[in-house]
Amino acid sequence: MDVKIPLFDGELVCLAPIDPERDAEIESKWTHDAEYLRSLSLDPARPLSPAQVKKKYEALEKDVEEAKNQFYFAVRLRSDDRLVGFTRIYWIWWTHRSGLVSLGIGDPGDRKQGYGTEALGMLLGYAFDELNLYRLTAVVAEYNQAALRFFENAGFVQEVRRREAVNRDGRRWDLFHLGLLESEWKGNTR
Amino acid sequence: MEREYEMMKNIFQGKLVSLVAEDPQVVANAYAHWNRNAEFKRLLDADPAMLWSAKKIKEWLEKEIEDSEPKFFSFQIRDLQSGKMIGFTGLGDLEWNHGDGWVGIGIGESEYWGKGYGTEAMQLTLRYAFTELNLHRVTLGVFDYNPRAIRSYEKVGFKLEGRLRGEMSRQGKRHDILIMGILRSEWEIG
Repeated sequence: MDVKIPLFDGELVCLAPIDPERDAEIESKWTHDAEYLRSLSLDPARPLSPAQVKKKYEALEKDVEEAKNQFYFAVRLRSDDRLVGFTRIYWIWWTHRSGLVSLGIGDPGDRKQGYGTEALGMLLGYAFDELNLYRLTAVVAEYNQAALRFFENAGFVQEVRRREAVNRDGRRWDLFHLGLLESEWKGNTR
Repeated sequence: MEREYEMMKNIFQGKLVSLVAEDPQVVANAYAHWNRNAEFKRLLDADPAMLWSAKKIKEWLEKEIEDSEPKFFSFQIRDLQSGKMIGFTGLGDLEWNHGDGWVGIGIGESEYWGKGYGTEAMQLTLRYAFTELNLHRVTLGVFDYNPRAIRSYEKVGFKLEGRLRGEMSRQGKRHDILIMGILRSEWEIG
């Protein structure tokens, strides 16, 4: 057991706690970017005020505490602690050791810098080495080719294609479930 | 000129079964009884089998009824010949903006297995999904060790859309959850 192996510190970014006072304004801006919202969720996209974001954070921490099947991290730059995104493991089935993953980098200018890749790497390490999960699932819509590539590059395999499960912009899209087993992740990272 | 419309009157009734709203006490007693059948629970549910009291189950059912915006459209299944409640079916996790929902069914009385009761109840549920809830598609999950259910769903028109590999661990072995889907256009042909 090497207690020195970092869980939350990368070279570019850290996994960090939410700071509701500082983060709400930044996240509120992200929610006014429909492309960002629609890349992450099937829920109807709707912008949120900082006050609404703060309420969301409260509900989130309450759920993490009570349901005990979710782990949520803010993603911050190591250089200046600036919030650039979030990542989480949720809907964990403890008896089956499976869960879902989600990740977002809010500002388009912060994408393609390696922040998401590094944050996902730390999240997977947390899921497999700290939570001892057996597998993870990522759910991605067909129109989000960047996310499909992102998860496939991390070793996720396309498992399910829910045909025409998404209706946006007047047309229908498929919804993919991608899966990564701990054994596959171990094989990739050793 | 006035026109008369012939509406389908019997959307809740088939030849073998009808979809009904049973008294919560009757339902709670049935659920508490069926929960004690390990075979039934293993086939139905990924959660660990639990033996809740009928009193507790009745409280949940009554709370569900109170919800002004129902999250689930659930029915009990009644055998037309005997009047006996034999199971339940329902639609939930509805994504109204996308027109997708999940269906779940269980036949608690095991002497009704393999005789077409579940298949007919599923057909009634799909008709409700497509002509009353106006969904575009319906999704379900089924365990790889439940071939009888898989055959029933295929008969009704569901197509295999993929497998979540090793999503469940039972009796020391990993099992897949099959995801199946049916589009409205496929249901209309069948």
